[in-house]
Amino acid sequence: MTGSAHHRVHRSGASIHFEDLTLGYDRHPAVHHLSGSIEAGSLLAIVGPNGAGKSTLLKGIVGALTPLHGSVSIRDGASPVETRARLAYLPQVSAIDHTFPICVFDLVATGLWRRSGLFGGVGRKDCDAVEQALAAVGLTGFERREIGKLSGGQLQRALFARLLLQDADIILLDEPLTAIDSKTAADLLDLVRRWHSEHRTVVAVLHDMALVREIFPQTLMMARELVAYGRTSDVLTPENLLAARRMIEAFDESAHVCAVDDGARPQAADRKAS
Amino acid sequence: MTVYDALVAPFVEFEFMRRALVGSIALALGAGPVGVFLMLRRMSLFGDAMAHAILPGAALGYLVGGLSLTAMTAGGLVAGFIVVMLAGLVARNTSVKEDASLAAFYLVSLALGVTIVSLKGSNIDLLHVLFGSVLALDDAALVLLASISSLTLVVLALIYRPLVLECVDPSFLQSVSRSGGPVHLVFLALVVMNLVGGFNALGTLLAVGIMMLPAVASRFWANELTGMICAATLIGILSSVAGLIASYHLGLPSGPTIILAAGFAYMASLAFGPNGGLVLRLIPRRHLEA
Repeated sequence: MTGSAHHRVHRSGASIHFEDLTLGYDRHPAVHHLSGSIEAGSLLAIVGPNGAGKSTLLKGIVGALTPLHGSVSIRDGASPVETRARLAYLPQVSAIDHTFPICVFDLVATGLWRRSGLFGGVGRKDCDAVEQALAAVGLTGFERREIGKLSGGQLQRALFARLLLQDADIILLDEPLTAIDSKTAADLLDLVRRWHSEHRTVVAVLHDMALVREIFPQTLMMARELVAYGRTSDVLTPENLLAARRMIEAFDESAHVCAVDDGARPQAADRKAS
Repeated sequence: MTVYDALVAPFVEFEFMRRALVGSIALALGAGPVGVFLMLRRMSLFGDAMAHAILPGAALGYLVGGLSLTAMTAGGLVAGFIVVMLAGLVARNTSVKEDASLAAFYLVSLALGVTIVSLKGSNIDLLHVLFGSVLALDDAALVLLASISSLTLVVLALIYRPLVLECVDPSFLQSVSRSGGPVHLVFLALVVMNLVGGFNALGTLLAVGIMMLPAVASRFWANELTGMICAATLIGILSSVAGLIASYHLGLPSGPTIILAAGFAYMASLAFGPNGGLVLRLIPRRHLEA
């Protein structure tokens, strides 16, 4: 988008803060007592084994999931801001109904929601913005194509075009490169780098450690609980990866009520023993 | 018999035919677009379920006010809204899916309705009303049908954007707006309104049929939402006209004949529709270059 130049100048950025955050389903925690913050302008990878609560954490940040304990907040400087106004979220693809008769242009144009709202018109300028977003992801010429007739990679390109239009301070990507070929992945990663250069906060759940090392300066490793958080080279150590895998294996179906809320936090060893 | 005699004369000569025409066209205008959205949300059988769910309300209205359009419509609306709200609330707040939750509530509602009807002896009048008579539309019924279709079109225009997004990508809608839940409920309210209005004036079969048959047929004519809505509305109107004319000349009951006409339109669409119709698929055509 040509509009990106002025965003770079004005964007103050938004940060994400967790305070003793526990998220889960049916009282079972998927994210357990997570505290910390993601600075404005970060380019952060979230890694961890399957079932580590990575997607759950993103849902918690978006507000689609109410915390079982603690809180998550979005702040601009020191003051809290409304999540929906600042954040764009790309979930794992399955949420979209591929059979719905809507064309690529219309799907991408929904990224203008914040500007147009429920009733606002989409004018000439907005149409140009949609065209530019489509061009940026290499989908020019696909405007009238039904979304059901796109390949997986093309649909992901379209969804990235929508993210471009959303023009958000915080961009959350849940496994954005799964089942994507290397050319498409490279194109989409160029957009991620561009967002980073525009001082947007980008958080991506990824499984490709080589990719994380190459592109993401910071990494948060989790396995329901925080394993490590910091510079990618410090986090992605064999010791941490092993620890993360062990913590997931310790999952207990008939778990007792968590005692942390009542008093001191037990050490990992105590919990495994109980 | 000239073309005039066959197609125009019945409406010119008989007022009840003109009323039936206006009533069924009004219904088709509102129910067509609603049916398309129901189909796209995989809720094609929702109309059937709701037609059963509104029975206790209509029956209560009948007990209180007799065969009064106002009383039965009001009762039907209240019962329909209650079932929709309860089913929607359960679906959104538990792991039970919307169809399962609706099945539970509509069955209870239907049982309640049959019980209420049997409490008060004769149910022959009520059955007559449930199966309706498109040829006996009075002014009040026409005004009701016209109001419902007008309101439906205006409300659909207002909620169109979030409704489409709620269908295509509900999690995206949730990430940008809180309107998903309310919009869904407003849409279901529109369905109930069209069914209740339609079933009191024209009968259950006609109300559900004119909503769903054109909608399902429309998929064979267009591959994009606007086109489907236009196709569904047009098929609904043409089926109404054709059904009324056929029932007039052949001495058939008019409501079912309209639905048979819509069924015929569906069969024709299935066979000859340009968007995935059977005939087009059978013609061997060489594949394209790209």
